[in-house]
Amino acid sequence: MKRLAALICLLCLATTASAAWDVNQLMNDLAQKTGGRARFVEKQYLAVLDKPLVSSGELSYTAPNRLEKRTLSPKPELITLDDDTLYVERGGKKFSLRLSSRPEAVAFVDSIRGTLTGNRKLLEASYALILTGTQANWTLRLLPSDSEIAVLLRSIDIRGVRDRVTSVEYQLADGDRTVMTITPVETSP
Amino acid sequence: MSRLLRPAVVVWLLALIGSLAVIANTHFTADMSAFLPRHPTEQQSLLVDQLKEGTLSRTLLIGIEGSDPAGRAKLSRGLTRALMQSELIATANNGSDESSAQERELLFRHRYLLSPAVTPEHFSVEGLRESIANSIDMLASPVGVLLKKLLPRDPTGEIMQLFSALGGGSMPNSQFGVWASQDGQRALLMVQTRAAGSDTDGQEAAINAVRLAFAEAAEQSAIDDAKIELSGAPVFAVEARATIKSEIRRLAVISALGTIALLGFAYRSATAIMFGLLPVLSGALAGIAAVSLGFGSVHGITIGFGTTLIGEAVDYTIYYFVQSSSADGDRAQRWIERFWPTIRLGVLTSICGFAALLGSGFPGLAQLGLYSIVGLITAAAITRYVLPIICPAGIGQRPLGNGGLGKRATAGLMHLNRLGAQGRGNWIVIGLALCAAAVIFQARDRLWDDRLSGLSPIPPAAQALDQKLRSDLGAPDLRYLVIIRRHGQEAALAASEEAGRVLDRLVDANVIAGYNSAARFLPSQASQQQRRDALPERAELQRNLNEAVRSLPLSASRLGGFVDDVAAARTAPLLDRDQFQGSSLAMLIDSLLMHRKTATGEEWTALLPLRAAAGQDIDPSRIQAALAAANIEGALCLDLAGESAQLYSAYLHEVILLSCAGLAAIAVLLTIALRSPRRMLHVLAPLLATVLIVIAGLSLAGIKLTLLHLIGVLLIFAVGSNYALFFDRPAGEAQAPLDTATLSSLLLANMATLIGFGALALAKVPVLNAIGVTVGPGAVLALLLAALLAKS
Repeated sequence: MKRLAALICLLCLATTASAAWDVNQLMNDLAQKTGGRARFVEKQYLAVLDKPLVSSGELSYTAPNRLEKRTLSPKPELITLDDDTLYVERGGKKFSLRLSSRPEAVAFVDSIRGTLTGNRKLLEASYALILTGTQANWTLRLLPSDSEIAVLLRSIDIRGVRDRVTSVEYQLADGDRTVMTITPVETSP
Repeated sequence: MSRLLRPAVVVWLLALIGSLAVIANTHFTADMSAFLPRHPTEQQSLLVDQLKEGTLSRTLLIGIEGSDPAGRAKLSRGLTRALMQSELIATANNGSDESSAQERELLFRHRYLLSPAVTPEHFSVEGLRESIANSIDMLASPVGVLLKKLLPRDPTGEIMQLFSALGGGSMPNSQFGVWASQDGQRALLMVQTRAAGSDTDGQEAAINAVRLAFAEAAEQSAIDDAKIELSGAPVFAVEARATIKSEIRRLAVISALGTIALLGFAYRSATAIMFGLLPVLSGALAGIAAVSLGFGSVHGITIGFGTTLIGEAVDYTIYYFVQSSSADGDRAQRWIERFWPTIRLGVLTSICGFAALLGSGFPGLAQLGLYSIVGLITAAAITRYVLPIICPAGIGQRPLGNGGLGKRATAGLMHLNRLGAQGRGNWIVIGLALCAAAVIFQARDRLWDDRLSGLSPIPPAAQALDQKLRSDLGAPDLRYLVIIRRHGQEAALAASEEAGRVLDRLVDANVIAGYNSAARFLPSQASQQQRRDALPERAELQRNLNEAVRSLPLSASRLGGFVDDVAAARTAPLLDRDQFQGSSLAMLIDSLLMHRKTATGEEWTALLPLRAAAGQDIDPSRIQAALAAANIEGALCLDLAGESAQLYSAYLHEVILLSCAGLAAIAVLLTIALRSPRRMLHVLAPLLATVLIVIAGLSLAGIKLTLLHLIGVLLIFAVGSNYALFFDRPAGEAQAPLDTATLSSLLLANMATLIGFGALALAKVPVLNAIGVTVGPGAVLALLLAALLAKS
């Protein structure tokens, strides 16, 4: 009996020791950021095309709920996420989409939103989280837990350095994938 | 026996048999036709067509409440599957992919005949390069996920445009893959009945089928804590009809029992009651027969109104029985000499009032007018010419003044009459009238309910549910329409395409957000022909394609499906309406392109519903100007809400005119009959005061006036004058109070009228209720005030 208690203690200690840096810690680090701007380069590898589609532009984020993706090349496009609504401006046309009407879109958007705000609950609502690497070079893999989303999406890999996300990679269920690399723009205060 | 062979009796019996024969072959309705104009303007007839046949008149909005979201989604799918099989249902949509799969497949298959982008240049090297490059760009956008699968077969992107036309506007919320309300508490469906709005029976069957299918779906999926809510025009039509039917039955019973009880109380004789009701029943039958002959059908509202006729027509026999009771000798002869001229004048004033309704464009009112005129004339004539012959002597000779309650009431009226005769009643009446005028003046801004819905028999709770479901579904309110009429389908479609080009420019200029058109799904044969001719031969397409994709990240070898599809489209037959049969697109096309046979041949009406940009209104005159500038013959832009408001104000305007005409006719009649403006004024003064007091009373009770109350005012004059006339005397005669028998007969007659109109006041149907609450109190007040004003 004593030996069993000791074993449990030992196990507990082991867990705390390795948990010096874990998902909670990462989420805490991420949550510190209240906003920022970054450049992005997005490469889409689609089976139907011979070459990847490359686009680039700027991302900006204002905590907690506003995210803007401004594509500058090859064609200007502005996508704004404000709370529950996605606004798209493209070729002089505007349209909006209420996210709550599309569960799969919500899952996609929550992966970004959850990561940027360090909201573990939000992420775990749709995904199982697997964290690997070190604080200086981590990878957070999101695996969809909902079968409806799994039909579209295999996984999302978010890579980062400390409190900064450096790339997001979507693996779609049909084999296509999208990689977005992010480099911060130092804004003078 | 010889009595029954007198001419008057023979005519009566023959007329009775004739009436019954007509009634046996009469078509009775209880639909909304009573509320629609008889002689519509062109715009109004379009509105009426929409109400009778349009998409809106067939659309059921369905909500599923209770259970949990997953359970509701399951029920929604089960219900949709069952309804798509039903003969009575044209389309059922719950927002799930499966419910629009067939439509998308059809559009995709025929995309090269449907897409306006298809021109010879579209398939040149340059055209292909541009459109394919554009599609590749789109892959990177948020809609890319949808496009990716279609790209190999549709690299030029025809289908995206067609899909967005199909979706058109904001889509409802979705839960577990089916439409749900904003608050996520109910699943939503949109269903169209096969039966048009004018076919209430068919719609009733469809609604029952929906309820049954829901019960079955609930049983199959073992969910017992969910319930279904239905709304939309078909539900309203069916419920309104049921309400009108049950109300009429209830009103008829109430007023018949009330009148019989009253007569029983007064006469204490079953024979007297029977003879008393004979003229009334004959009048009612003759009235219904006349309406049937004059209008082709009889509306339930008219029958409901008939209950008031019982109350008014029974007056004549009351006068006959009670007033002749005190006379000696040949009492009938005495009565005819003494009272008949007054009663006859009363009948004539009533007829003047009701005759004004005959001119109404509101069929319900016109039927009321004819029914009442024929009914009153018949009842009065039978009282005058038939009753004295067939009625046994000594019937009903028991004046009301002898009973306890009746005696006290008569004494009260006599007291008022005495006050009037002494000239002291004037001040009371003037005081009351001034108070009433002050109340009306105070409330002048909130006196009127200026919506057509003020007449609607749909209860507010049902209207609220409809609003809720409609806004959750983002269901189009189809308020703004462009309408084009042509004598053939091809011409109508070609004109729709022309109008579409004008509207496209307006969409680009942000004047409107969008529009729909049958020509989107069924282009004119000419356009289809043109598009088919524009498709290149296989070898040429392949050559151009190879060249076009050279600079693009997409190799031509992946686009074999595209080349095959274009080749197939070159030899495919042109589209016609039948190829859509069985899909909701067929229903959509039929609702946007309506067809009917007229005296001059076939007529096709194309409807292009416009969508306003969020938070903006559409200015129909601007659309109209753009259409006119494009020289599209006869294209009209219509604001249905504005049109129905105008319809209401046209009715109101007409009713005001008719009321004035009726009042003028009554005034002229009284001037001629009484040969004295003073006496005319004497008869009209208590009625004017009555009208003021009634309107003030309604306003104090928080009732907003509709045009039916205005009709009620006219009827106060038409009915109330009957009582006021008894207090009128030629200038030379002594202004003595009326004798007990006359007063008690007036009181009894007045009570009978109150029962008739009072029963209407109990009705839930606004048309009947409005007239009841106006005329019921009005008749009583008219008698009391006339007594008070007995001396002018």
